[in-house]
Amino acid sequence: MRQVEKRLQIDRRLFLRGAASAVPAAAVLAAGVGTAGAAWADDAKALKQATLVTLAHMARDIYPHDQIPDRFYVAAVTPFDAKAQADDAMRLMYEDGVARLNGDAQDRFKTAYIDVPEESDRVVLLTGIELTPFFGHVRGGLVVSLYNQPEIWHRFGYEGSSSEFGGYLHRGFNDIDWLPAV
Amino acid sequence: MAFDLNDGSVVVIIGSGSGGGTLGNELAQKGVKAVILEAGSRIEIPDFVNNEWDAFTQLAWKDMRTTSGNWRVAQDFPNLPAWIVKAVGGTSVHWAGASLRFRDDEFRAKSTYGGLQGANLLDWPITLQDLEPYYARAEDKMGVTRTNGIPGLPGNNNYKVMEAGARAVGYKDVSTGRMAINSQPRHGRGACQQIGFCFEGCKSGAKWSTLYTEIPAAEKTGNIEVRPDSMVLQVEHDASGKASGVVYADANGTHHRQKARVVAIAGNSLETPRLLLNSATAMFPDGLANSSGQVGRNYMRHTTGSVYGIFDKPVHMYRGTTMAGIIRDEQRNDPSRGFFGGYEMETISLGVPFAAAFYNPGAWGRGFTSLMDDYPNTAGIWIVGEDMPQETNRVTLDGTAKDKFGLPVASVHYDDHPNDAAMREHGFKQGSSVYEAVGATRVLRTPPYPSTHNLGTSRMSARARDGVVNKWGQTHDIPNLFVSDGSQFTSSAGCNPTLTIVTLAIRQADHIADSMSKNEI
Repeated sequence: MRQVEKRLQIDRRLFLRGAASAVPAAAVLAAGVGTAGAAWADDAKALKQATLVTLAHMARDIYPHDQIPDRFYVAAVTPFDAKAQADDAMRLMYEDGVARLNGDAQDRFKTAYIDVPEESDRVVLLTGIELTPFFGHVRGGLVVSLYNQPEIWHRFGYEGSSSEFGGYLHRGFNDIDWLPAV
Repeated sequence: MAFDLNDGSVVVIIGSGSGGGTLGNELAQKGVKAVILEAGSRIEIPDFVNNEWDAFTQLAWKDMRTTSGNWRVAQDFPNLPAWIVKAVGGTSVHWAGASLRFRDDEFRAKSTYGGLQGANLLDWPITLQDLEPYYARAEDKMGVTRTNGIPGLPGNNNYKVMEAGARAVGYKDVSTGRMAINSQPRHGRGACQQIGFCFEGCKSGAKWSTLYTEIPAAEKTGNIEVRPDSMVLQVEHDASGKASGVVYADANGTHHRQKARVVAIAGNSLETPRLLLNSATAMFPDGLANSSGQVGRNYMRHTTGSVYGIFDKPVHMYRGTTMAGIIRDEQRNDPSRGFFGGYEMETISLGVPFAAAFYNPGAWGRGFTSLMDDYPNTAGIWIVGEDMPQETNRVTLDGTAKDKFGLPVASVHYDDHPNDAAMREHGFKQGSSVYEAVGATRVLRTPPYPSTHNLGTSRMSARARDGVVNKWGQTHDIPNLFVSDGSQFTSSAGCNPTLTIVTLAIRQADHIADSMSKNEI
């Protein structure tokens, strides 16, 4: 069977965009916001820098894929900043939602959400707000903004658009080779 | 050609999909002049995109609707009860191509299933025998595989997994089905390239759609004008109670009145009853053609659900046609299974973006993401079975929400009938068995997607008191007003509806042309 190369394809445009954001992706989420926050979040137009960083952490905790680098989670939450800029009610929902999440984290773990070390503990906090409009909105946005990034599709073994390659007629539409004989 | 707004000799067809587009071409070929008003834009094959969300944005009917009832769609997609197309070609642009005839007993739902409590069953006023010649014409027109000497399509990986599992559990009626997708060049269209993305518009044109078959053929006669971006707001009638024309809004929102000799509505089963209800007047206070009170009622959407099987080896379900094959063994009425009616199992595939959104709407965390991580090793089956008509499952005018023209939007209420729930459970179990028989390590039960098969809201009946249209799709109340889409369905039957919609449209065109020539309408 023709397999899909799962290593990330280097997209020059994306790479440059990442470089322009200046911060190594690994540092984005790992560093936390205890000090000045992640530099990529400096670009925040409407949301507090720390709010955007917390949303990016939430994104990974909601849809954790260990094979997907941080920069795709960052890209997945930037639309929230645009929405906050366009609509102050949305901005307030994000700010209040993150504030509550951090409040819950303080109550339970004596630290901010992104500094709770165990994913399972952060999931407990997220479960606590699961029924809020804030969580529903963030999750519903992420399910599109994360998975609709063509740059990550190969990582899931998905090849995307095919008509420009003549479809799959000669590219493995029927190449399965492990089934028992019918 | 272009017709004058004051030309009251034309047939006005509302909608250009499987019903309206076919009706238009059939009339045009007989020399009948018609204007097709299509709410959506004209998006041609080169405009289609192999990207699920981009195509959804481009093609889907996204105007707001509201929902209620115990169906899970109301919870997961409260403002998107139906997943249909707003574009020239209508939902024939994104249908999967499965083209199956109803069984004889499926036209006699009441006689066959008896007085099933809570179901508003009725026999169709037509039989399979009545429709057979028209089914044959539809299959030829659409180029349905395994009819007219057309070979079946080759099976893709997704099909091969389902087929192997089906054989292993003892199913016999398993094949790549009868599909309105060219397996070889025919009627000026090429053979299937196994592109996938059938739901996003077929880039090769191998799949039948009125967009690039019926509509250009109709236009070539000079008897048809298609007006895209024309949203019909009201069907009007004269003092005698006959339909006299329609009011529609163009792309700029400007209103026009097109006069008509005959009006045929094919707006899919949410918009068709909405238009009839929104057209209420002093003479018809409950909406047009609604003396029975059945307009909007008996909304059916098929008993559906999906089973995804995850394996330890790759499948790549997205390669090739979306609906690549079918198991028909459960498509029979065998009440010993615990429910009336039958269902089919057909392959389905979703790309990563839609898998994320539809596998288990609302789910998150590692239980969910591990499914996505196994995406390439996943195969999919869609269950499509007969659901029971219920009077309380209905399309009404929303009490508060209005569209941009100030008209109430469609509000869709649907509760599963116990028969529907029992059938779905059976389908989930059988689908799971199919995959487990060939080594699935995990099986996922996916709840219904927003409805692609919308049926029954202006149903056909022999008597004016219990249905909206007669055996020709002609409304009982207004002789020159027709319904030409799946709204006519008296019952839903256990298979995909498009072939039957096309068949009814061909038959209706004969009737309309004949009645016009006899000056009966």
